[in-house]
Amino acid sequence: MTTLVEADTKEKLDEILSHHSGKKDELIPILQEAQEQFRYLPSEVMLQVAKFLRLPESVVFGVSTFYAQFKFFPTGKTMVKLCRGTACHVRGATRILEEVEKNLGIKPGETTDDLEYSLETIACFGSCALAPVMVVNNNVYGRMTPSKVTKILGDNKQR
Amino acid sequence: MTFDEIQKQAIAEWGALEHSDKPRIFIGSATCGRAAGAGPVLEAINTTLAQRNLKATITQVGCIGLCYTEPLVDIIKPNRPRICYGNVTPEIIPQLIEDYIINDNPRPDLALGTIGEGSMAGIPKLFELPMLKPQVRIALRNCGIIDPENIKHYIANGGYTGLMKALGMAPETVIEEIKKSGLRGRGGAGFPTGLKWEFCRKAPGTVKYVICNADEGDPGAFMDRSLLEGDPHAVLEGILIGAYAIGATDGYIYIRAEYPLAIQRLKLALQQMVEYGLLGDNILGSNLSFHIKIKEGAGAFVCGEETAMMASIEGKRGMPRSRPPFPAQSGLWGKPTNINNVETWANVSAIMQRGADWYASYGSEKSKGTKTFALAGKINRTGLIEVPMGISLKEIVHDIGGDIPGGKRFKAVQTGGPSGGCLPVSHLNLPVDYESLTEAGSIMGSGGMVVIDEDTCIVDIARYFLSFTQAESCGKCVLCRLGTKQMLDILENICNGKGKLEDIDLLLDVSKQIKAGSLCALGGTAPNPVLTTIRYFRDEYEAHINEKRCPALVCTELISYYILPDKCQGCGICLRSCPSEVISGGKRMVHVIDQDKCIKCGTCLDVCPDRFGAVVKVSGEEIEVPREPVPVTASKPNTEA
Repeated sequence: MTTLVEADTKEKLDEILSHHSGKKDELIPILQEAQEQFRYLPSEVMLQVAKFLRLPESVVFGVSTFYAQFKFFPTGKTMVKLCRGTACHVRGATRILEEVEKNLGIKPGETTDDLEYSLETIACFGSCALAPVMVVNNNVYGRMTPSKVTKILGDNKQR
Repeated sequence: MTFDEIQKQAIAEWGALEHSDKPRIFIGSATCGRAAGAGPVLEAINTTLAQRNLKATITQVGCIGLCYTEPLVDIIKPNRPRICYGNVTPEIIPQLIEDYIINDNPRPDLALGTIGEGSMAGIPKLFELPMLKPQVRIALRNCGIIDPENIKHYIANGGYTGLMKALGMAPETVIEEIKKSGLRGRGGAGFPTGLKWEFCRKAPGTVKYVICNADEGDPGAFMDRSLLEGDPHAVLEGILIGAYAIGATDGYIYIRAEYPLAIQRLKLALQQMVEYGLLGDNILGSNLSFHIKIKEGAGAFVCGEETAMMASIEGKRGMPRSRPPFPAQSGLWGKPTNINNVETWANVSAIMQRGADWYASYGSEKSKGTKTFALAGKINRTGLIEVPMGISLKEIVHDIGGDIPGGKRFKAVQTGGPSGGCLPVSHLNLPVDYESLTEAGSIMGSGGMVVIDEDTCIVDIARYFLSFTQAESCGKCVLCRLGTKQMLDILENICNGKGKLEDIDLLLDVSKQIKAGSLCALGGTAPNPVLTTIRYFRDEYEAHINEKRCPALVCTELISYYILPDKCQGCGICLRSCPSEVISGGKRMVHVIDQDKCIKCGTCLDVCPDRFGAVVKVSGEEIEVPREPVPVTASKPNTEA
């Protein structure tokens, strides 16, 4: 189980909670802010959130595991997201994904051992006209080709 | 300030801009523009202006829908029409600025067209181009034209006059006006909007909610994103009108977290509304008090379903529940609630600004007004379009979309995303309205329209959509949860060459069960992509099953790559590029692929120089080639330079 290894985790979480009043519909926004801060949801954080909202821990866990956005393991500093939308699919997103997998040495849902990169596939970014699309952190790259992957991510094959 | 004063001020500021003696530069900076490289273009504009010591007003606008030619830059010089330039690169900016802004040469070779009044020799009018001519822009009226971050731009272009008109009417009269316009829900189901409002208005209770559904989850759809990024106030004005008509006090906008720019622009727009007294208590001195909160989705497609969305807003797992009670009776926190989609709200504000009769003059008998579509896939002019209802699919694909790139053959158009279906060439004359599309086995859906050509495997597309719905099924209804998994397994078998003759009937049977046994539309429509593809492309399924052949050469397990001995020049490019090192050969030797070890990635086909064309991809056949490398006998192609 992940514990509060970083001393300031509680402080950071308290800072997030201080903007909320403790109403039950704040659960998802709080989890979103916490994930933004910690790049995943440590168990300790979820327990604290349950206490704050006076919800059973099972409910917090149940809600957080329902939504694809929430992560339960540390994710990399750089988040690489590949769109698997229809337009991207018919324009060759599978080839782009294979190239990224080769480049980073990880599959979707995984993180490199050094916590530098995570890879995810997303249903659709809504930039279909520029398919295929790749997003690195918040930068959107359209009209992707396999050769553009290395240009954008650098050569990570030695990782 | 009264609305008249705000409006006067806004119009004066807009007019001052229009008659400004400085050149004005507009850059399309929606997410799609940014993905295409609007950022570096903007930088180049700023740098060039600074270097040349030129003054110009730069405005970042939303998307005008011409995604295929982004990044887009418009330039207005004093007393000249607005000229739109496409495919702008940072490299071309210094030249364009020198040519047009300094030397008054508008560069017709780079221009797409002029927007608005006035004309320019050698440059067509933008809205007369084949891509735009058949379009009628009602929901998207301001997108790409005004600054979405400036409420005054919206107000100067007729914004919030619809709300003012509504506030002067009885709420029931507003509902009548919406009914008269014939507006139907643009989220896909097509329920009459006025009627929906009336149910909620008549429901007992003092606390009522209005929700804007911006959880645009269909892969291949980006209408709502474009609208919110390009003209957020058009949507917000609609929500206020709805709130007044229904008697709601609080509103929520449920938007996907995958749309950060839309969220940012919405938040800014809400702030500006508060500043101008358009949001909060006693809006513009009326007795309407209304508050709006933004709720970000957390990555669950099913939350686009209204009961699931309400559960999610309440902080719960987003799982649909059975109806009745309908949200109009018992919705968010058990209170009467009205949910409409982003595009519906943008149409509401237009209807109140310009009247129900004007709106109803567009469209077909049962489907009034316009519909936006995200036109994508294998089409030359991808983009965001808005067309009058009743237009034919052919006009969209051929006239607006400019047909298939590379001279390929059209195979199908997919509408309605994972809930819709694939319509073949025989249906190209089908009018686009709710009834016709449903009858053909597809749905209007929220507006995704993906064009598929001969290189796309229809079984693979069905498998793709099922893998999506299967992953997104919330798990509540057994038939949706397990049935979609069964269908996906069968489709995967077919794609992998393990399909059985009885699989097609089994797919049809399971589809029927899933449709009957699912609470919400996710399960209720999940089989549609499979049903329509079996209905219109049964031969492709049969080719996969009986001949183990993928006619589109897509399904990896059913294709093979061969190097033709009479074309191979023994150059070794494929050997060096093969990621699994299964090509053998040598200098001036015909190369050979080890078929047992080939992973079918297609790299050899990609790298083999066009002038040799020695690598071929086939399905359902074997090509006679040497088993070991043999000396090259082919003469060098004379096309070699």
